Order: sequence, then C-alpha cells, then structure tokens
Amino acid sequence: MSRPTPLRDVHESLGATLTDFAGWLMPLRYGSESAEHNAVRTAAGLFDLSHMGEIFVTGPQAGQALDYALVGHLSALVPGRARYTMIVNERGGVLDDLIVYRLGDEEFMVVANASNYAKVAAELADRAKPYDAVVEDRSDRYALIAVQGPRAQEILATLTDADLPGLKYYAGLPGVVDGRQALIARTGYTGEDGFELFVANEDAVPLWHALTRAGEPYGLRPAGLSSRDTLRLEAGMPLYGNELGPDLTPFDAGLGRVVKFDKPGDFVGRSALEAVKDTPPRRRLVGLVARGRRVPRHGYPVTRDGAVVGEVTSGAPSQTLGKPIAMAYVDTGAGEGLAVDIRGSHEAMDLVELPFYRRNK
Amino acid sequence: MSEIPDELSYTKEHEWVAGVDEAITVTIGITAYAAEALGDVVYVQLPDAGTTVAAGDSVGEVESTKSVSEIYSPVGGEVVEVNQAVVDDPSLVNNDPYGEGWMFRVRVEGDPEDLLSAEEYTALTSGES
Repeated sequence: MSRPTPLRDVHESLGATLTDFAGWLMPLRYGSESAEHNAVRTAAGLFDLSHMGEIFVTGPQAGQALDYALVGHLSALVPGRARYTMIVNERGGVLDDLIVYRLGDEEFMVVANASNYAKVAAELADRAKPYDAVVEDRSDRYALIAVQGPRAQEILATLTDADLPGLKYYAGLPGVVDGRQALIARTGYTGEDGFELFVANEDAVPLWHALTRAGEPYGLRPAGLSSRDTLRLEAGMPLYGNELGPDLTPFDAGLGRVVKFDKPGDFVGRSALEAVKDTPPRRRLVGLVARGRRVPRHGYPVTRDGAVVGEVTSGAPSQTLGKPIAMAYVDTGAGEGLAVDIRGSHEAMDLVELPFYRRNK
Repeated sequence: MSEIPDELSYTKEHEWVAGVDEAITVTIGITAYAAEALGDVVYVQLPDAGTTVAAGDSVGEVESTKSVSEIYSPVGGEVVEVNQAVVDDPSLVNNDPYGEGWMFRVRVEGDPEDLLSAEEYTALTSGES
C-alpha cells in the first residue's frame, strides 16, 4: 500500500489521477498535464511535495558533520541560505541529490528525495557519529507545498508579511503564512521562480486551501507530478534514478561544481572523486531535440549510423518547445547525426546543450 | 465515470467500434476511459489507407506525456480511411474521443469477433479503476 500525504483527500476531491511514486500515493495530474505545465510557465502551479524527506542535523558540529558526509562545504553556509549538494559513496557514486538549508548556527535541514531519504538518514547518522551532532529524520512530521511560477511571489505575498522580495534564490526563512508557522524557501524544481513551504502535517490542508483561494485571481492551478517532471526536464534538472545514480559521479552528470575539494578535512568519496575530476568522462549528459514527433523515453538507445552511442535518461513532449525532448548520456565527441531508437525506428535528433528552457529574469 | 455510449461496440484494449450492425465499413477510435488513462495525447500514428489488417493486429500507437500504447484493429479488412485531423491535432483524442477523435475506418471482411457491448465494457472498466 502506498502512503498517502496529508493532502490525499484534497487531491481526490479535485479529481486527481493518483499514482504510486516511491511508495507514496501522489497526484499525477488533476486534469490536463499540459495545462498544468503551461500554468507554471505563465502564471503559477500548486504542488504537493510531501513525499520529500526532511532530515535535521543539529549540534555544535553539525556543519563539520555535513562537510564530512556530503560533497559540499556546508559549514560555510550562512544561516538562512541553502545549497544544492550531493551525498556519494566511497567510490564517488551518487546516493542522492539534496538541498541543505542552514536554519541556524547549529541547525541544518537536509531535503532528500522520497525514494532515498531513509537511506540518506541512515548514512548521515552513521557518518555523523564522530561529531557532536544529532541526525533526526523528521519526514513524517512535515508536509511540503510548493508554489511555482512567475506569479508565485504575488500570490504568497497575500498570505504572509515575510520579506519575499528580500528572499533570494536558494534562501529560506521561518515565517507565518496564513497564520501558520512555515519555513519559506525560494527553491524549486521547475525552472521558474517559486517557493517551497515546509509546514506541520496538520497545517497542510488549510494552507493548500488558502493558497488556492489566494492564487485564483492569478491563474494558479494545482499541478501534479507529471507536469513537475516535464518542467524539470525542460529546465535541464537531473532526476535521481534517471540522470543520477550510484554508478555515476557528480562529474559524470556534469555537476562536478558541487564537489568542494577546497573545504577543510576529508569527506566521504574525496579520494575517488579526486582521481576522476580531471578525467574526461566517456559519456556526457546532453540534451536531444527530436526532429519528428515521436517521443524518446527513459532507457531508449541513442544511435549514430546504427551503432549505440548513448542512452536516453528522461524524455517527454516539451510544451514550451513544441517538440519532444530528452536528456541522454552520449559518448563524448558524438555530436552530429544522432538518432534515438524508438521501438525499432531510428528517429533523428539534434544535440543541444542543457537546459532546454531558461526563464527571463 | 467516463462516457461509454450505448450504440457503440468495444474491445478489451479500449477501442470503440461504430457501425458494426448496419455497415460494411466501421469507424474505430479509443474510448474516453482510455484517453483519460493516457492523459494528454501528443502523438498518434495510424495505418496507411489501403493496408490490409487482421483483427487483433497492432496498427498504430498513441503517445501521451507519460506513456505510449499500441492501437489494435478490432476487425479484419482493408483500411479505407484514416483521420488526418487527429494526426495533426492529437488533442482531439482527449477532447472528443467518440467524435472528431476517431482514428480509422475499415471495410470489414468476415464477421467481427469478440466485441463487447456498452454494458460489458462498462463492467470491464469499472473493474479496472
């Protein structure tokens, strides 16, 4: 049985198509996923992301513990700011990609993917043992609601006195939204401006309704995981299990910049990553745009002159480009004449650099 | 509950078939239930007119944002017409599955087999959701 989020009844009353995702019963879409996608690009979308994991690391050495446990330099993070980072194994393989928020001098919140957070919490607890720090998985206590899109700030501003214009991208502050305590973070996974609101489970339903009412004049609509996936794909953002996994390093994924070798002390995966950081990977993560209308999908071979030169990791029809797009690992040097084997037929693709879509700031 | 018109016949693969009783040529599409299950349809591939198909043959495919499904011909015969409008605008499948979203017409040879009535199809789909 899939676990419901605190918003399950709301989703059902909205007529959502529910699906199992990483053991959670999540809204796939409420109506047309294309309309949901377009709402986020042009107005705003409301997402239930309560399946994400929230792991707290607290104590005098919380920062040092995270410096050792993760590839980033988290002790250097200013309270109120956040970082995109990763946890890797001793071989440098990615166990999860994470956002870490520094809530105070001795308090960090690590947000992990639904499919991974139990594993991440266990790894963090193990790696933090030598430090004066406590690791606590509080995923069961928090709901996460995201408002994403160009109108997100206007909508949220009607419900909070928090200084939203002063809140930078990848920053988070405690605040009150519609009378409820929330961590207000300017983060997201859509390629748009937007906010993620971490609230206690019991506040999720009233907050959802308040945001729905506040967003109505701005064109806000509820948006499911299907549109979330196409939005992040257009924005060139990796998905764990597709573009990231334990057999790939951050460098393989073109995300070597998240590895901070110049931070003090050792960290899990350092020696393995130092050994590969200057080695060009055999394959690199690229974008493909289909010339035709058939959609390349996860696992399909990328070919050139009939020979396999890569593999699609994610693919979907792009609303914004009006064409099918994909991310794929492709042999370094393979640029022209690419195709994807779509169920036996080799469909021509143009290689492009990621992302497919970048918002106007 | 998806619309399931009484006057049509159906298949277990969620196609509908119109005109089985009175005509030699039948019209085929996918049901509202199937269209809703797929989500927004973005690509439809249909057989060429003039193709001879057997009942149960895979003759095309329907792609949505998240998935791809094959289209099976519920009857045997010659494909006499395909709906170019649905190829050009696949959203017709979602917006009007029993009308403008029709897919192809077959001049039937032999008797169609194993088609379901609306009542039987309703029972089939209510068991799935």
